[in-house]
Amino acid sequence: MNKTKKLSKFTLTNIECYGMIIVAFAVLFPMLKMNMLSNKISGLLIPICAYIVMAISLNLTVGFLGELSLGHAGFMSVGAFSGVITVACMPNAAPTPIKLLVAIIIGGIMAGFLGLIIGIPVIRLKGDYLAIVTLAFGEIIKNIINCIYIGVDKAGLHFSMKSAEALNLSGGKMILNGPQGAVGVSKISTFLSGVLLIIFALFVVLNMVNSKTGRAVTAIRDNRIAAESVGINITKYKLTAFIISAIIAGMAGALYAMNFSTIAARKFDFNTSILILVFVVLGGMGNIPGTIIATALLYTLPEMLRQFSDYRMLIYAVVLILVMLATNSQRVMILKDKILGSLSKKNAYESSGEGEVSNG
Amino acid sequence: MKKFTKIASLALTAAIAVTSLAGCGTGKNTGDSGSGDAKTIKIGGIGPITGAAAIYGQAVKNGAEIALEEINAKGDLKFELKFEDDENDAEKAVNAYNNLKDWGMKISMGAVTTQPCIAVSTESNSDGIFAMTPSASSPDVVKDKDLMFQMCFTDPNQGIASAKYIKEQNLGEKIAVIYNNSDVYSTGIYQKFMAEAENDGLNVVCVKTFTDDSANDFTSQLNEIKSAGADLVFLPIYYTPASLILTQAKKMQYEPKFFGVDGMDGILTLEGFDKSLAEDVMLLTPFTADAQDDATKSFVEKYNNKFKETPNQFAADGYDVVNAIYEACVKAGVTADMTAEEIGTKLAETLTSDDFKFDGITGNGMFWSQSGEVSKDPKGMVIKNGVYVGM
Repeated sequence: MNKTKKLSKFTLTNIECYGMIIVAFAVLFPMLKMNMLSNKISGLLIPICAYIVMAISLNLTVGFLGELSLGHAGFMSVGAFSGVITVACMPNAAPTPIKLLVAIIIGGIMAGFLGLIIGIPVIRLKGDYLAIVTLAFGEIIKNIINCIYIGVDKAGLHFSMKSAEALNLSGGKMILNGPQGAVGVSKISTFLSGVLLIIFALFVVLNMVNSKTGRAVTAIRDNRIAAESVGINITKYKLTAFIISAIIAGMAGALYAMNFSTIAARKFDFNTSILILVFVVLGGMGNIPGTIIATALLYTLPEMLRQFSDYRMLIYAVVLILVMLATNSQRVMILKDKILGSLSKKNAYESSGEGEVSNG
Repeated sequence: MKKFTKIASLALTAAIAVTSLAGCGTGKNTGDSGSGDAKTIKIGGIGPITGAAAIYGQAVKNGAEIALEEINAKGDLKFELKFEDDENDAEKAVNAYNNLKDWGMKISMGAVTTQPCIAVSTESNSDGIFAMTPSASSPDVVKDKDLMFQMCFTDPNQGIASAKYIKEQNLGEKIAVIYNNSDVYSTGIYQKFMAEAENDGLNVVCVKTFTDDSANDFTSQLNEIKSAGADLVFLPIYYTPASLILTQAKKMQYEPKFFGVDGMDGILTLEGFDKSLAEDVMLLTPFTADAQDDATKSFVEKYNNKFKETPNQFAADGYDVVNAIYEACVKAGVTADMTAEEIGTKLAETLTSDDFKFDGITGNGMFWSQSGEVSKDPKGMVIKNGVYVGM
């Protein structure tokens, strides 16, 4: 009985997630191709895709693993810069989809590798300590990238941590110029590739959560001692979830970077980490469809509020507070249940339960 | 709790209602200006209005508005300006740019700060929109972009000019540099300064760095510079950290000569800063609010009346950009019914033609090369009794 219930919930979430993405794509893509969207909306599509992937990835750490990571933008940044370097090294003749694919894969691998290095010390901690250490690592990554100079010429890649002159480039081009970041990035990200990346991230995260690993991870979240007592290898499962989360974040970073002609490490600071955390908390920890909706809405909101000019960010903050209060209140939940009927009742209870986790 | 939730949901409903109403309001406004004033040429500006760099965006916006008023008063061409916030972030700047495009922007003012401007200029150049940035000073801003121009010096030019100036005027025997290595502007000037210093045989004895996160205490840097015996300290940084450096140097009774670049401009108007500390500080800047020519005087007066403060160099840059665009438009015969692409090609042609010279308040006889960089002379200034004096 219990098993069939679980299975139906899994399928339900799957249908919700994929359905939502596919419907959104089916509506937006033809409109984009026919130039029916305003410049504003079409410019937002790819960043939204990248942030949705980031939010899905962070939800794995925060929602399912139950650990607060405040340095997620660090992984995004590693993915972004490895992606940029990869594309700059590839021959111009290579077809763009291949370039983008390779960049995203390399971005994911590099971020995953860093996730492993950071994860080993971090995973030994829990709660507030873990949060603060991830925050520190996020800043460390930013500062290290600020010191890296990479250029490419006929002889190959040149690397320095001193200055651009120390590279001794003979006619080649700078890829990464310390604090100035990467300039002249080829803009090869497309909306289609963004949607495909979201579907990939969903596929990985949803299936992982529903697998043996995923159950072990949620068991650790719910009761660490109980999980340990039944023989679950805590470090192994926590590290796995952490690394997978880092890989997906790296991929999102690569997609994000290829959408702008310039990218600097400064962008991936504490604020960006918190921004993604806000998406996750608002969408519901452990609630993937909610995260997707929250990301899309919250990312578009400041752009929609541009007409308020000076008061824009103030209104954004107020809306954020009100939405947080509303989603956390039992009354609103009950109201939602009444409206949506018994089908979504289960989900509503869940997100209200998770809301309490966010309070704690 | 229940009561609280009720209030919260009420407030939320109210917020939504207000948002939708305000939406209607703005929609109507743009509709009006679109249909009623078909003859206006829409100029879009982007810069930080909020956040740490807000002072620059605000100054450019104010300066541009003054220019706009003057031009619209003349009556031969009508301009309309919309200035969007980018929070000094490339991603937000591109969003702002797309917003402006929806609004119907024909000419762009690029973006105020460097990183966002690089991102925006790539977009505007591929869209065929002419852009001139007031203050984004990296060469990457104009590199490989036919329709992108700068009003300010490029960073390398400032670094080279500073080194040459120090050499020519024989200002220092032992030179030290403090720069911000997390900042594009500062790093850019520093690199070229060092290259030129080597060529000129300047003796640089000590180089110290800081970042945005550590821009509060400079005692250790100053101590090392002091023990290296430097008699001239080059500060290619903005005025806020520079003011701290001056204060802290004074405290430790270290009194070398200080030499700054245009980012140092504004130090005299900084609140709570003791002007006597800046005595004898030298800087290269294209604009001084104390200059005695008529154009500057009238600009400063108008600015003072309207915004109750003394304009800094960014305001002057913003003012000059709009005026330069206006003069180029007049010369090229641009009219409001042309498309953005037509205007773009015409303006770029005019601006780079041999006989186009622009006199503004940040320089006389400015002209632009094909690359988009401006040619004008930097002015060496020294602070005496709390005012700039040419040197």
